[in-house]
Order: sequence, then C-alpha cells, then structure tokens
Amino acid sequence: MTPEDLNERAAAERARQQGFRERLHCCTAAGCLSCGAEELKRDLTAQVEARALSQQVEVQGTGCLGLCSRGPLVRRASDGAVFHELTPSEAGLLLQPGDAAAEAALAAKRLDTAHPFFAHQQRIVLENAGRVDPERLESYLAADGYSALARAVSELSRQEVLAELRASGLRGRGGAGYPTGVKWELVAKQPGTTKYIVCNADEGDPGAFMDRSVLEGDPHRVLEGMAIAGYAVGANQGYLYVRGEYALAIQRLQGAIRQAEREGLLGPRVLDSAFRFRVDIRIGAGAFVCGEETALIASIEGGRGEPRPRPPYPPEKGLWGQPTLINNVETFANIAPIIRHGGAWFAAIGTERSKGTKVFAVAGKTAHTGLVEVPMGTPLRTIVYEMAGGIADGGRVKAIQTGGPSGGCIPERLLDLPVDYESLVGAGSMMGSGGLIVMDEASCMVDVARYFMEFCRDESCGKCVPCRAGTVQMHQLLERFCAGQAGEHDLALLKELGTLLREASLCGLGQTAPNPVLSVLRYFPEELDQRLHHDAEAAAAAAATEPA
Amino acid sequence: MSVKTLTINGKTVTGLAGTSLFNTAWEAGIRIPRLCHIGGLSDIGACRLCLVEIEGRPRLHPACMTEVEEGMVVRTESERLHAHRKLIVELLFAEGNHVCAVCVSNGHCELQDLATSLGIDHVRVAYQHPRRPVDASHARFTLDLNRCVFCRRCMRVCDEVEGAHTLDVAGRGAELRLIADLGQSWGTAESCTSCGKCVQVCPTGALFAKGSAVGEMTKNRAFLQYIVTAREKHEWIRK
Repeated sequence: MTPEDLNERAAAERARQQGFRERLHCCTAAGCLSCGAEELKRDLTAQVEARALSQQVEVQGTGCLGLCSRGPLVRRASDGAVFHELTPSEAGLLLQPGDAAAEAALAAKRLDTAHPFFAHQQRIVLENAGRVDPERLESYLAADGYSALARAVSELSRQEVLAELRASGLRGRGGAGYPTGVKWELVAKQPGTTKYIVCNADEGDPGAFMDRSVLEGDPHRVLEGMAIAGYAVGANQGYLYVRGEYALAIQRLQGAIRQAEREGLLGPRVLDSAFRFRVDIRIGAGAFVCGEETALIASIEGGRGEPRPRPPYPPEKGLWGQPTLINNVETFANIAPIIRHGGAWFAAIGTERSKGTKVFAVAGKTAHTGLVEVPMGTPLRTIVYEMAGGIADGGRVKAIQTGGPSGGCIPERLLDLPVDYESLVGAGSMMGSGGLIVMDEASCMVDVARYFMEFCRDESCGKCVPCRAGTVQMHQLLERFCAGQAGEHDLALLKELGTLLREASLCGLGQTAPNPVLSVLRYFPEELDQRLHHDAEAAAAAAATEPA
Repeated sequence: MSVKTLTINGKTVTGLAGTSLFNTAWEAGIRIPRLCHIGGLSDIGACRLCLVEIEGRPRLHPACMTEVEEGMVVRTESERLHAHRKLIVELLFAEGNHVCAVCVSNGHCELQDLATSLGIDHVRVAYQHPRRPVDASHARFTLDLNRCVFCRRCMRVCDEVEGAHTLDVAGRGAELRLIADLGQSWGTAESCTSCGKCVQVCPTGALFAKGSAVGEMTKNRAFLQYIVTAREKHEWIRK
C-alpha cells in the first residue's frame, strides 16, 4: 500500500460510513463484555437484519467508552448519545428514529454526556475509543490511522521525527516520566544496525486497566506508534510484551498485526518505502516484575523474568545485548497524534514540565468508575469529586492511592494537587501507570499498606536479599499492626527495613515497595500510633484484670 | 587498554578500564563484604552486600557490577552501609534455618564470617523457620536447602564452568528454591556430571560432601581460579 492508496482507502471507508443512516457502536472492551456486550451486539445485529435495515444501520464493536461501571454501553454516532446498561429489547428502540415513545423510553438509559465525567476529558490516547472498530483496519484508516506513519516514512527524515518528539515534551507514561524524545535519541545515536523496539504492555498495578483498554480498543494505534519509533531510531523489529491475562488484547493485536502486514503497513516495505518493520507478540506468564524493563528483556529472551542491575541501560545494551527502546502502551499511543499534529500542538497541552494528557483508571468507592483522560495539570480534586462524583453513598473521601504498589496515598486535604509527575512525587506518591483508587473514611490506611506489601512480597522475584526477605518481614510487621500487637520496636524496625529496601534493592519493585508504608507514616501516623497504644492499653487492661 | 585513576576510601588506586570496583578495591587491599560474587564467575549483583557509595550519585551501587571510572570517589564503609549490610545478613539468618552448632560448615562458613565481621550478636527480624527439604539423593553430595542463601554461585559454576546447567532456581520470592534439572531429585538429574564444583563454591553448608560431620566441610575455592585462568590463556589447547 502506498500513502496514496492509504488516503483512498480511508476516503472510501468514510464514504461507506456516511452511507448509513445510523451507526451504533457497541463497547466491546473487557468491562462491557463482562456484562453481556457481546450478546447485546449479536442481538442488535439480528434485530437490524430482521427489520431489513442492514443497508441503513451499521452495528459495530468499539473500544472502551469509559464509564465501565454502567456497561454494556452503546454509542449512537448520529448525535453522540451514549446509552448504558441496555437490554436487547431496549437496544431495539435505537432502531426506531423519530419515534417519540421509543426516545422517551430510552431517555432513562441515556447518559448525560455533558456530565463532568465526559466533559472534563480531553481525549488523545483514547480519541478512537468509542469510534473505531478494533477488529477492522478500515475503521482505523477512516480515523486518520497510519497517516502519521505515512507522513513519517515519506516526508520526514529520522531527525525530523525525533525533533517533533522532542518538541512535544512527551514523557514516559509507564510511571517514571523519562523524557521520551531523549530516550529515542539515545537509541538513535547508538552505533550498529540491529536495534529493537519493545512495547511494555505488562500492565500489572492492581486496579489499573488503561493499557488494556488501548490495546483492546485501538490496537493499530500502538502498532503505528511502534513503527514510527522503529523508523526514527533505526530499528526493524518490534516486540509487544503483553501480559498473558489480557487474552482479548492479545487476540485483537494478533488480528491487527496480520491485517497491517497483509496491507503492507508493516513488513518488508512499510507503505512502499525502504523502511522494513516487523512486530511480534511475546506473552508474559504472570509475573508483575516483568514490567521492569530489564526483567522484561530477560523474559523476551526466554530466560527467567528477573531484573539485572543498571547501567548498562537498555538504550545502550538491551534485548540480546543490542540497543533497545522500551516504552509503554500509552506512550506509543501518543506518538501518532504528535506526528500528525506536530510537537508544538502537543506541548501546548498540560503543564510546564508535564505535557499532554494522562489516562487514569478510576476505581474504588466513587459514584462513577472507569477510564478518564485528562490534561496534565488537572487538579486531583476535579477528577475525584466532579468527574467521579465523590463517594457513592455521600461519604467522605479519606485518601486516594496512585501509582499502585510503587506509589502512595494522598490525603484528602492535598487533593488540590495538579496531576503532573513532580507534584505527585513531591507528595510521596507517583504518577505510576495511571491507577487511581479512591478510599472513604471506612478504609484503614494501615490495611491498605499491608495489602500492597503483600502484593510486593508475592511478586518479588527473589533475586536480591532486601526485597526477597525484607518484604516478608515488613508484611509480617504490618500484620502485627493490623492485629493491634505491634510495639515501639516494631515501628522502628519497620522504618529501618523500609530504608533498606528503598536504598539497597536491585530493581524498582523492591526500591518502591516501602512507598505505601512510608506514605502512611507521613500522612496517617496516628493510624499506626492508635494500634501501638491499643496494644499498650490492652496490656495494661490485661494486667489489671489479672488476679493478684 | 586505558587505566583509570580513582579514589576508594581516600586511597588513590588505579584500575584497568572495564574492571569492577570490587576487583580494583581487592587489588588495593580493600575488602568489601560479598556473598554472591566469587572471582571467576559472572556477577549478578544479588546479595547487595557489596553496595558502595559513589560521590555525586544518589544511589548505592554494587561494587561487583560497577566499572571503574576516571575520578570516581568511592566509599566502601559508612554508617549507612554498615547498617544495611548488617540488616541484610540478619534477614538471611531469619529467612532460612541456619543452625551453626549442627552445621558441617561451622567455622568455615562465609555467612558466619560475615556475621562475625559485621558484629551481629542477635537477629532483630522474625525467624521464619521455613520447611525446606534436604536432597540426599546424589551419590556423593547433599543439598540442604535450610542453609541455602540463594547466592546462585552453584548455578553459575555449573552453567559457566562445567557447562552442565544442572542446578537452577524455581519459584519466586520467599518460595524460591534451588532445583536440579526439571525439579527432580538431584540423584536422578542426568545432566549432573558429579564434578562437585557447586559444593566447592557454596558459601555455606547448603552443599556438602557426604560423610562430613559438624565443622568438617572445608571448601577449596582455588580450583576455580585455575580453571578460569587456564581458560583465559587457552592453556588446554595444544599449540
């Protein structure tokens, strides 16, 4: 396929879409699938055929519409209305336009798209979610798909692609926020002709599903980002490392790679240029630590998924000892829009040091849960109260947790913090990959810390001593606190172990494992204290009741 | 090859480019505690005992896997490092079942030596008393996992020097265990050549020759250096 063919195919698909009177987009992301989206879509298709409307109405699957707690969701393309928790008979009403009775019946199921949950979003990464059919290449082409790759390989030099990226100010969306442009340049400048692109899709933080939604809803977007990266740094091979639990994502990615190869968008001559790029999927076997880049590399190489000390960093010595560029799914999903609209456009969104948008998976006790994409700099308070609607039963927010097991809790009083890398780190948490768990007054912060420590203990690979043995000890100490059996010396030991893990562990998993505990010590020391005192009082009470 | 000049503990030392801080310090007579490192095998940076402070770098670096650089200012001893090393060794004692009084390696044990040199007289963290098996199925050697510290020297010598790769680890975290071949008893592992190199490099009494009684198991580390030197100089090739 040449870039001209690409334009023609996109135009033809757009014309085909406009030929329909109505297009119904059924969310087929994992959240909606779990509450019957597949059956709903099948039923709706059957109803369309039964009423002989196939020429007028199109029913298609699409990526995550966002409000996962209210699935299955259906979007009506003609007016952008979104309907929630539809039954097949209710969905049938969507096929009766102009029918006032049907419209009235549907009104109760219509989501208020002017609600802050939708209105405050700015969608770049998720712009195709709800519009594009993840299983049809044409659908992606009609949404300007692969036009950025076409522009890169036919109009831009490698240096120009790198310059756009640098100008965009994009930073890694995997958590640490390393400037993506700098990383790409590091790999581009390495000598040698064998280089690799790796997409880290081993999303494992509890409660986080941003990357899964992108992979399931817009798989071509990630492939396009990887191919542009390959062109820019001089790599001809990409690996997509997907966690094995994401069966649907893997299936859609496999389909997308096949389609893209068949159409010459990937393969020996990308868009009829001299650039060759191939993408292969590697499936993780269920180890959280494989999200750490050196462990991920070891896993792709077929070894045991264990990290190794850095330096050397992967841009210098990565997969099979060759220069390797590793970015996560959301980072790659940002590439195509940056090349399409230019780095300056992207840099205009967000804050001074954090550009663009960030996708958060809002979970916990809020009224609305699901995926939101907000510009960097949006106050956490806006996300928690306005967008997610605060605590469901009118209770009070106590704290939010970001960054998963590597992050920390942020108390309610600090919710005016803007979403950016530095603010969150300053507050003792981190951006992380985008999990955001909201907790109410009933939540015990010590218990939250204990839960995350248990997670790290179970996920420690066991290579280095501080993480392997230290997480076991820290978890046991936290259990003692939760059971009200801890003493002063336990608190001192907990702090000492925390310092050891942070400073002496081999990889990020161990180094950040104490973060949830440290944030409790910082913001909720009274909760730990209460348990200490409780212990002393209980001992005193026991002593008082003892017979003399 | 270029030579780098650096400072370790205030002493000016030189090291060939590409050599590790650990080896450079060793040549200069500076001893850094270690458990997983052993001369002649690849390094993995797992025990974290050789962590050192390098001026201008916020993080601690494993001396065994950090290459010398011109003008580096390195400290191998400090209050912080001492505290970390002590706690790491305490964690190791608590993690397994280390009972010196009944151990074949009593008096010749690197873990014991570390505890002595770091001034450990008691363990502050909770003993885990794990249930770990003893594999005595091999004709000449015994693997007692109760005494294993997972330094993986045995694994590496078996793979890198003997070329058999009989031993490896399975499981993760606290469930980590040393296995032979595909997790079968050592005696049935067909890849094992019974060379005994694993026994010689083991820092504790986890691997020992059958027939040793308490304190009788002394280990010979020199062989490794002979083999590695011979290999580097191609001494087994007829010229």
